[in-house]
Amino acid sequence: MAKVLVVTSGKGGVGKTTSTAALGAALAQSGQKVAVVDFDVGLRNLDLVMGAERRVVFDLVNVIKGDARLDQALIRDKRIETLHLLPASQTRDKDNLTEEGVARVIAGLREKFDWIICDSPAGIERGATMAMRHADVAVVVTNPEVSSIRDSDRIIGLLDSKTEKAEKGEQVEKHLLLTRYDAARAQRGEILKVEDVLDILSIPLLAIVPESTEVLRSSNLGAPVTLGSPNSAPARAYCDAVRKLKGETLVEVQKQRGLFGKLFARRAA
Amino acid sequence: MSLFGFFKRQTSAPVARERLQVLLAHERTVVGPHSDLVAILREEIMAVIAKHMAVPQDKVQIKMDRGASVSTLEVDIEIPASVVGLRPAA
Repeated sequence: MAKVLVVTSGKGGVGKTTSTAALGAALAQSGQKVAVVDFDVGLRNLDLVMGAERRVVFDLVNVIKGDARLDQALIRDKRIETLHLLPASQTRDKDNLTEEGVARVIAGLREKFDWIICDSPAGIERGATMAMRHADVAVVVTNPEVSSIRDSDRIIGLLDSKTEKAEKGEQVEKHLLLTRYDAARAQRGEILKVEDVLDILSIPLLAIVPESTEVLRSSNLGAPVTLGSPNSAPARAYCDAVRKLKGETLVEVQKQRGLFGKLFARRAA
Repeated sequence: MSLFGFFKRQTSAPVARERLQVLLAHERTVVGPHSDLVAILREEIMAVIAKHMAVPQDKVQIKMDRGASVSTLEVDIEIPASVVGLRPAA
């Protein structure tokens, strides 16, 4: 059965779009049929990070308004056959995201794909609430920094109250993705540690994505980091995240990981 | 900064952690209908005082400090000497 996953954070600039692209590509690489959907109407960027910016013809709003069919708007990735992108509109505004229209698009995607990954815009306005509306699973992207953590806490509150699942008395499965993490600085007490963030937000950890130049390098090149730099630490973190999302038990391979392995060791605690 | 000062410098992460814990404990309950609690209290306290004497609004300071286990509401009212019926304590 198809799963709808929302990548959300409240705060902007923490790595939602990067993470959507990386998780989508990693899931597709593992053989799953994946659609990544950009909900940032007016400020689309997922197309750019995925290197599909020159291939956008129709978008999410076109499909909602009936100007285009879903299969016309979906862009197939050139590198991975099972990965598709539904871009956001750049010219319309978020009021075009009607409740009924979004429900129809998600239902259509559920028929064709194993995973539908919704890239939420920053904030708690319509775009963000529509992106999380139909979610079964949520990945809350957080930086180890006070404003990001506060906003994540707010988003967790919304996931527990404003989603379809919450309204039915069920729970959206929530996971924390800690991004831009610098273990050395955390060790020196300059930034919050993994344990601190987990303690404060109290949702389970999906993965720690370390601060790395490879993330920017890949987005410069228009490739999800799992494709553009598959052996980098961030790519490995996203691949671990995907295995967890698919319900696989991670086989611990920490010994070869050196410093990075130490980082992961803490996760077990 | 002296070398001694450098070594003595406190790390900032524990401070961030504590501030967030206190803040979020409140926001989780306070976001929503009771977010203007301080404003409500201020109005009601002013109404009670106004029943007994005339005190200008700007002579009343109300501060709230949210702590981990205890919060304090500080009400500081400057009562003008001209207020009728107010005598020095015996």
